Formats: sequence, structure tokens, C-alpha cells
Amino acid sequence: MDNNCAVQLKDITKTFGAVVANENVSFDIRKHEVLAILGENGSGKTTVMNMLAGIYYPDSGEIFVNGNLVSIKDPKDAYDLGIGMIHQHYKLIDVFSALENIVLGLKNTDGNDLESARKRVNEICSRYGFDIDPDMKVYDMTVSQKQTLEIIKVLYRGAEILILDEPTAVLTPQETSRLFNVLRNMRDDGKAIVIITHKLNEVMEISDRVTILRKGQYIGTVNTSETNPQQLTEMMVGEKITLDINRDFIEEKHLRLEVKNLTVKNIEGKKVVDDVTFNLYSGEVLGIAGISGSGQKELLEAIMGLQKPEPGSSVVYYSTAHGVHELVGLSTKEIISHGLHLAFVPEDRLGMGLVGNMGMTDNVLLKRYRKGKGPLLHRQQPMQTAIKIKDELDVKTPSLDYPVRKLSGGNVQKVLVGREINNKPTVLMTAYAVRGLDINTSYAIYNLLNEQKKRGVAVVYVGEDLDVLLALSDRILVLCNGKVNGILDGRTANKEEVGLLMTHLKEGE
Amino acid sequence: MTLDMIIAWITAAVTFGTVIMFGCVGETLNEKAGGLNLGTPGVMMLGGIASLAGAFFYEKSVAVPNPILCVLISLISCLVATALAGLLYGFLTITLRANQNVTGLTLTMFGTGIANFFGGSLVKLSGGVGQISVAATSKAFKATMPILSTKLGIVSQLLFKYGWLTYVILALAFAMQYFFNKTRTGLNLRSVGENPATADAAGINVTLYKYMACTIGSAIAGLGGLYYVMDYVKGTWSNDSGIEALGWLAVALVIFTSWKPKNATWGAYLFGFCYWIYLYIPAGINSMLMKLFKVTRTTYMQNLYKMIPYIVTIIVLVLVSSRNKRDNQAPQSLGTSYFREER
Amino acid sequence: MANRQPILRIRKNEERSFLSKLLIKVIFIGIALLISALFINLVTKLDPLKVYASMFRGAFSTTRRTWITIRDTALLLSIAVGLTPAFKMKFWNTGAEGQILVGGLVTAAMMIYLGDKLPSGVILLLSFVGSAIAGAIWGFIPAYFKARYNTNETLFTLMMNYVGIQIVEFFVDVWDKKQSHSVGVINATNQAGWFPSIFGQQYLLNIIIVAVLTIAVYVYIKYSKHGYEVTVTGESENTARYTGINVPNVIIRTMLLSGAICGLAGFTEVAGISHTISVKTSGGRGFTAIIAAWLAKLNPIVMIIYSFLIVFLNKGAVQIASDFNLNEYASNIISAILLFCILASEFFTNYEVIFRHKEEH
Repeated sequence: MDNNCAVQLKDITKTFGAVVANENVSFDIRKHEVLAILGENGSGKTTVMNMLAGIYYPDSGEIFVNGNLVSIKDPKDAYDLGIGMIHQHYKLIDVFSALENIVLGLKNTDGNDLESARKRVNEICSRYGFDIDPDMKVYDMTVSQKQTLEIIKVLYRGAEILILDEPTAVLTPQETSRLFNVLRNMRDDGKAIVIITHKLNEVMEISDRVTILRKGQYIGTVNTSETNPQQLTEMMVGEKITLDINRDFIEEKHLRLEVKNLTVKNIEGKKVVDDVTFNLYSGEVLGIAGISGSGQKELLEAIMGLQKPEPGSSVVYYSTAHGVHELVGLSTKEIISHGLHLAFVPEDRLGMGLVGNMGMTDNVLLKRYRKGKGPLLHRQQPMQTAIKIKDELDVKTPSLDYPVRKLSGGNVQKVLVGREINNKPTVLMTAYAVRGLDINTSYAIYNLLNEQKKRGVAVVYVGEDLDVLLALSDRILVLCNGKVNGILDGRTANKEEVGLLMTHLKEGE
Repeated sequence: MTLDMIIAWITAAVTFGTVIMFGCVGETLNEKAGGLNLGTPGVMMLGGIASLAGAFFYEKSVAVPNPILCVLISLISCLVATALAGLLYGFLTITLRANQNVTGLTLTMFGTGIANFFGGSLVKLSGGVGQISVAATSKAFKATMPILSTKLGIVSQLLFKYGWLTYVILALAFAMQYFFNKTRTGLNLRSVGENPATADAAGINVTLYKYMACTIGSAIAGLGGLYYVMDYVKGTWSNDSGIEALGWLAVALVIFTSWKPKNATWGAYLFGFCYWIYLYIPAGINSMLMKLFKVTRTTYMQNLYKMIPYIVTIIVLVLVSSRNKRDNQAPQSLGTSYFREER
Repeated sequence: MANRQPILRIRKNEERSFLSKLLIKVIFIGIALLISALFINLVTKLDPLKVYASMFRGAFSTTRRTWITIRDTALLLSIAVGLTPAFKMKFWNTGAEGQILVGGLVTAAMMIYLGDKLPSGVILLLSFVGSAIAGAIWGFIPAYFKARYNTNETLFTLMMNYVGIQIVEFFVDVWDKKQSHSVGVINATNQAGWFPSIFGQQYLLNIIIVAVLTIAVYVYIKYSKHGYEVTVTGESENTARYTGINVPNVIIRTMLLSGAICGLAGFTEVAGISHTISVKTSGGRGFTAIIAAWLAKLNPIVMIIYSFLIVFLNKGAVQIASDFNLNEYASNIISAILLFCILASEFFTNYEVIFRHKEEH
């Protein structure tokens, strides 16, 4: 057996009910290298790593760690074998301090004051260049700080094999390059690093080898230096696809939304949207960039009447068909019942945009259940619409009454977007519209948005992938701490410029 | 109001408070691990009947009961019965992932049924209503500290003349607070209640912690039932489900204390004061109210005064919910079951 | 060999057919009956079969008993149906006891104060409206604070029960002429405010009222705009806000309805069955109904079956108690055993257990 081999997976199969997440997957992870696991959403790349971390147990197959056949029944077994995983959704306790999170679940070796733990954390920090306050509560941390904490946590447990699930999804370009430096340090230190990702440029930048999965199957492993993005895409998707987004220029533009001095405070009284002013025009895609939690969600919700703006805020809606309306002061119900055509695809699809336990028909009903006479519901029209959405967007569902939460992520999003554009909106706002979707569905969504733009709809696209934002948007509005930190031309802006605006407020602000 | 009356009121409040403090501390342990056990009143009923039955059969079987055996037998019967009830709750909600609200309510129905069923039989065995008494055991539980309880005048009266379980639960409440905040096991337990997925990923045995919390918590709460039978009603029994009503107040007290056992040490007595307030309404106010309601007897009015503890509880619930402080919130996963492979 | 699979693993399975779910339910109800039989045998040393025969006698041996069984099923059903809108909204209304009591109290007050002044029909109408309003108020108070401050409704409604109990205690004393802490049968002579017999059947009106309520709630939840709002709010408050539903209003409106129906159950009990008022008027049905409602997955039609099953067990247990000289709390125990078993059965309809295969390693 190769001494350099840290983990070897053999014929791993895992099913969830009727869904086969992994089928006979075999590959290995080596010390002194960064291995990228590349695959689309739903390709089973997270599932296979979860089996190494003890979250899932394989239906069949074998796992060897350092040459020994092992059985990883729970996360504790994984730690004992030196495997640490940093999940996409951080596994931290909000009300605990950093230090408490680090020692969680470990044997008590240093009394109750955590002093020796504190010392070791400081050692790890100085060794790899982390900066963290051990007594800070997690609920006060930024996303990047939480990630740092997660990495320290697994290092503290003596992990020799680190698995990171989509670690850059919520980081700025600057934070990403800092993370990559840390990963290289750890690799040079002899550790085995696995990053799960679907971003090709990151694979090219950080990894030494790439293992590709598709639809639960192992496709192959290639050396990064011997491949290129086009080849990787083909392996990942299984067919040749072009990765370009069409961006047409629409000459005719009309003012649709005039947002002025919009300010929103959260429950604790902190300004989460701070004096935001911008205009939105028909026939454009306005991209909104910003690190997560910079006020994107609250901004869109305030426009929809879901958040109460502070006095002095103004959002004026212009439409050819319905005239001019001031939206501040209107409730969501009033916006809907006045027939104002604002469509909103929220970030939390099943928790806000749809009702997971209802079928397509009842979900289409959501925006129009008040229509029709009498106290009873009228389901006939929504059913027709549901059929139309199912056919036009190719939604895969056993029936119109099948609970949408059981559908795949892509189909869920198709139901939501389909319902929203079916109303022929004047303004269409989307938040993280392609998060968690596979490449084909993502491009289908981009095409839908572009189609809407060509029809004269004013489209707002809140996104996290800067490459997509730069390719899709006519203009990019960058939010930083709830403030507008610049509005750039999408055709000329570059990534570093946007990244800098996301994190550093301009002078004099 | 005379000094004697005040002392009597305080004594009554402390005795009452002790019952619900057991319930509250036990339930807090369970809730800190994410289990909301609305079966607590039933568990306390079970604790009461088990300790009574144990003591009853022991006292009947010997001519001169040994106080130490009295205490041991009733304690052990109580702990075993209530720990089993906790285990049953745990099996249904943790392993079988049943709805916690419904399981808890059913457990209350079950505990109340068992207690009153066998309580009725014991009453019959001992010759009819009001006849049952486990005097020797009750006396052993009501034993007070020598010297301290007699020689210090009013201090003895106020602080030292309660049965020894009163001091046990006070110590237990502070110990529990220390356990939650200062020990590694306590930290792990809290993480299970906050976010079981995180605790699991950190290598903590979520199922084991949850089982331990609901079993031990249930046993602690059950002692409230024992104390009720042995001390509060002095070793008697009646099928009036009095323990159940107190059990609900114990569950409410958990929220009132914002899941901090140290707050139960005074919160429980405060509830006790409210509970007995109906006996201490000043005569002036009483007669005024009697005129207002056109009522001829004080006992009639007392029906209304007896609402006070419940109304106070409601006010407390509202006050607690209206101020939102991060560190005073319920454990985040409270009331939900955990399945690792959920997706 | 150290590398073994866990002995058993649990897997989610949401795709079981209706028939296999039904089969699992039936098996567990069978297990419940078996455990109950063991329990009975243990305390009475009697043949469980004889005991079950005795239970059946308790519920059906005479026409009158059959009517009473149906009457009590209807009463329990009406409370379960009343709880349904609240539970559909995930509002844990444990306050049905109090809502029943105040409804019954208002009915008793109408009968006492108006008994010799107004015709029986008018009293009935006033009682109907009054009890619904009283129950609605009992539902409104916790709902308001839930909507405003997100106050824990489980305990709030529970405390409202005790407030209701004390108010009833107060009025029992006030109305009781003989200082025996009992009101006795109200209007025994002229039967003013009593439910009339229909087609010679004393309890037919009770059943008609409950049947109408059940169908109305079924339609309300499934087909009405209000019901749709309730369901959406229960599934996700954020979705409700997203679609413009005024969540606080829906919470309050739904609890007014839920409280009113439970208040009406108090009306049925006092005017249609017992013709008296005491703290026993609610008789723990407010809690039993929670279980009936939840077991039926909040489907009012399925609730008929569960209400009947629970009432049947109760009647049976009471019969055993009197036949074999036990006390009536045996029925609580048997009901609880049944419920534990049905709760356990839910697991097997939603998950499957996989044992380690021997040939694997």
C-alpha cells in the first residue's frame, strides 16, 4: 500500500429511500495534497464525504484509513481516525463562546477553566496565522470568523484529514485567497485536504488533483496540472455545454422603482439597510453584490412590504398599467391586492416562497387565493396555471398535489420562479436564485431572467457568485454593511473591484 | 397582619415552593437537552403514589417501622417509578421520535390514572377515605435539624424547621446551575439542547445525553411528588390530583426562571406566596370585595382569590416573552426530535 | 473483527402505502389491547376476554347505553373539532377545559336567571350564542399575547383552565342554595333551556349540532380562504407574511373560532346532557380531545373514529370498574396505553428499521 495514501474508498453505495446518492464510488485521498471533489449539486459529493465524517453510514462498501479497514459509525469515530469535516452549514452553537465550541464533546483534561485549551488554541492560531477572540460568542461573529473557528476546531481535535464542504460559497474574493493560503500551509504541513466544490476556477487555483462525481457515480480523477476547465465541465455535466450567459442590451428603458433613503432597522435597533438610494429600470438586470448579511434580504423584503422602513424612506413604483405608487406604508397584502406586479423569489424557498407540505396547485394559489367571490377557495384557475408551469418549465413531479418539499431543489425553484413570472411582473426580484442548483437548472434560470428582461421587466438579481453577477448584470449595486458602496457597470467591472467594495466602505462614508 | 401570620405564610410558601422546585429543576434538566416533557405533572403523581405505596406496605409489614428504612424504601420506589416514566417518555420521543407535546400529555394522563387508581385501592385497603396514613415515613421525612431548628427563635422558625428535602432541593438547584455552566458534561448537555446536529458532529452521544437528561430529570421531578405526599400533606392521600395542578405550575416555573435553576430557588417560593395569598387577604379588602360581588361568605370569595397564582403565572409568561434577551431564551431545539440522516 | 456495521439502522421512509400504514396502526392497536388486558389481568386476576366482553357491555348492552356512547362520542368529537383550527395553525391550545367550562357556565347562568322568564327555545338560543362568546373570549386572551409577544400558548391556555375552574367554583357557591357546594339539576321542573327531544330521542339534537360543526370545520379548513390562511400560517409564518397574510390577525381569528366551538361543547354538555354545572363539566375531555385530534392528523372525519374508540374504552373501563370493584381511573390508564401504542406506531409508518445482514460483515 502506498504510504502516502490517507483514505481509500472502495465501492461505496448509499441510498435514501428510492434515491441513490452514491453508487459504487471508489477513490483515494493522499497526504501532502489538496484534493478537489468536483460535482454538481445532487452528484453525491457531500454525501460521500459525510460518510467519512460519520454523519451517514454507507449501505455497502469499504473505507480504509491509513491502510486499515475501518467502520465509521459516528462523528466520534471520524475524529479518532483524524478525520475532520467543515460542513457547509457551520456546526456551531450560537450562544457558546469560540472556546466552548472548540472543546465541545472532548474529554475534560484541564479542569473547568479551559486554560490549557486556550493555550493550545493560541498555538494553533499562531502556527497557521488565524486571528480569533476565544471568548467571542458565535452569534457576534461574521461568516468568515465562523469558518475560521470551524477550522481551528478540527485542528484542535488533531485532524490530519480535513474536508471542507463548499468553503468559499459565502466568502469575498479576499477572504477566499486568505483561506487558500491557510489550506496550502496545512498541505505543506503534511495534512490531506479535501475541498468539495462546483466552482471550476477554484479547483484550478487550489487543488493538486480533482475527483469528479456525477449523479452519484464516480467519473474519474485527474491531475489539475494536466486538465482545463472545459474538460472538467464535460466530466462533471456529462455533455458539452457552453458556459456563456447571453447579455442583450435593451435600448428602451423606463423607470420602474425609485428607492430613496431607504433605512431598515432590525429588532435590536441596528440599521441593516442604511440610507439606500438607487433607481431600477425596465429591461435591465440589476445585480446586487455583498457579503452575506449585508442587508440584501432586508432590502428586498422592505420593498415588498415585509419589513417596516424607518421614517424618511421612500420607494416609488412606476408602471405603465397601474400608475405611480408609494410603496412605503403599504402592506404586502395591499401591494398584492392593488394589483402591483412585483414578483419576489426569496432566498428561503420552502420557508418563505412556498409551503413545503402543499402541492403545486396550492402553492400557485398562494399569491392569488383571495381572488374570486365568496368565502371559499377557487382552485380551478391555479390548477391550470400549475399544469402550464409544469409543462413549460419541465417540472418533475408525480402529481400536482405532491408535496413540493419532496421535489429536488431545482424543481422546487422552478415552481417558485414559474409562479412569480406567471403573473407578468413589472419588477422581478430574486435572492440567490440558483443557490444549490445544478448547472443546467442554473442556466435555465439565467435564461428565464434574461427572457423577462427582454420583455421589459425590471429584474433584480441578488447573488453570491461574482462570476455570474458580472456575466449577467447590466449594473451591479454593491452593498456593504447595509449601505450602497457603489454602483458599477456590469460590462466593465472586474471581480477584485467588486470584492473590495463588498468589504471596505469608501472614504468619507 | 401579625408576625405569626407572616411566619405561617412564609412556612406554607416554602413547603409549597419545595414541591414545584423539584418539578422545575427536574424539568429544566430535561429541557436543557431539548426535551419538553408536559408529562411532568404525571411523573410527579407517579412519584407520589410510588413513595406512598412503598411506605404503606413497609409500615404495614412491621410492627415498629425503622425511620431509615422508611426513607430508603419510599425514596427508592419513587425514583425507580419516575425514572421508568422518564425512560418511557425518552423511548417514545427520542428513539421513536414521537411528538413531544402529545407524548407528554399522554404521560400526564397515564401518571394521573395510575396514581389515582392505586391511590384509590390503597385508600380502600386502609379502610376508606381519609384513613390512609404513613405516619412513620412522613415523620422521617419531616425530621428537622437538631439545635438549629429549635434554639434560634425566629431564625429557627423561618429557616430551619422544614423537612430535610427542602434543603436537598435547594442544594440540588445550585448544583445543577454549576453543572450547566461550569462542567464539560454540562456544556455538552446544553449543546445537545441547542443544536443536536452540532453536538453530534462534535462526537457527543446525543441519544445518550437526551436519555440521561429525561430519566434523571424525571426522577428529580418525581421527588416533588414524594415530598408532596410525605411532607406537604403529611403522609396521606386523596384522589384530588392536587399534585397534577402543582406539576403544571412547575412546568411554568421553568419558563419563569428562564432555564436557570438558580432562579428556581426564589421563584418557587414566590409561587408559594401567591398560592397561599387567598388566606391572607386583608379583612378590609375582603369585605369590600364581598360587598362588590354581593357575596355572603369569605369561603366564596376565596374561590376567586385562588386564581391569583395562575394569573400571576400568566403575567410572568407575558413579561418574559415581551423582553427578548438572547441569553434568556429556551434551548433552541426544544420540542423537536433529532434524526441524524434527516435531509 | 472490529469493522462491523451497526446492528440496526433507521431509515426514513415516507412512501409507505395507505394499506401498510393502516396495517401498522391496526397491529399497534392490537398490542395496546394486549397490554391493557395484561394490566387488567394483573390487578384483577380475571380472564381478559371476559373483561373485554364486559367493556363491550358497558358501551352497547342496551339501546340507552348505545345512545349514551354515541352522545359522548359526539361531545368529545365536538371538542376535537374545535381544537382543529388552532392545531392546524400549530397553536397548542391546551385550554379547551377552560373554554368548555366558561361556555357551560354561561349556559347555566342563562338557565338559572332566565328559566322562569323566557321560553325554553329563546333561552337555548341565548345560551348558544353566549357560550360561544365566552369560549371565544377564553381563546382570544392567550391568542392576543401569542400574536403580540409570542407568549408560550401551551402554558398560557393551561393557566386559563385554572382561572376558569375557580370562576366556576365561585358561581357554584353563589348559586348553591343549600351550601352543599353543588348546583344540582337546574330547572328540573320546567326543563327550561334544556335540549328538547327530537323524534323521541333525547340526545339527537346533541348529535345534529356536532355533525354540523364537524362538517363545517372540515369544509372551513379544506376549502375556505380563511382555512387556507390558517394552514399556510401553521406551515410557515414567513410564507404567510410573504403572501400578505396578517399573521397576528389570523392567530386571533382562529383562536376566537376554536374557543367558540369549545365553548359550544360546554353548552351541549350543560343544556343537552347534565343540566348542571361544576368543575367536572369539562371532565378532562379538553385534554383527551387533543389526543383524538392529533391522532386523526387533524382530519375532522377521521376524528369520528378516534373519538369513538376513546369513548368506547372509557365506557368499557368504567363498566369494568363497577363490575369488578375497581375505580374509574382504570379508564385513564387504558386510554393512555392505547395512545402510547399509537404514538409508537407513527414511527413505524414513517421510518424503517434495517437489521444487519448476516452474510455481510
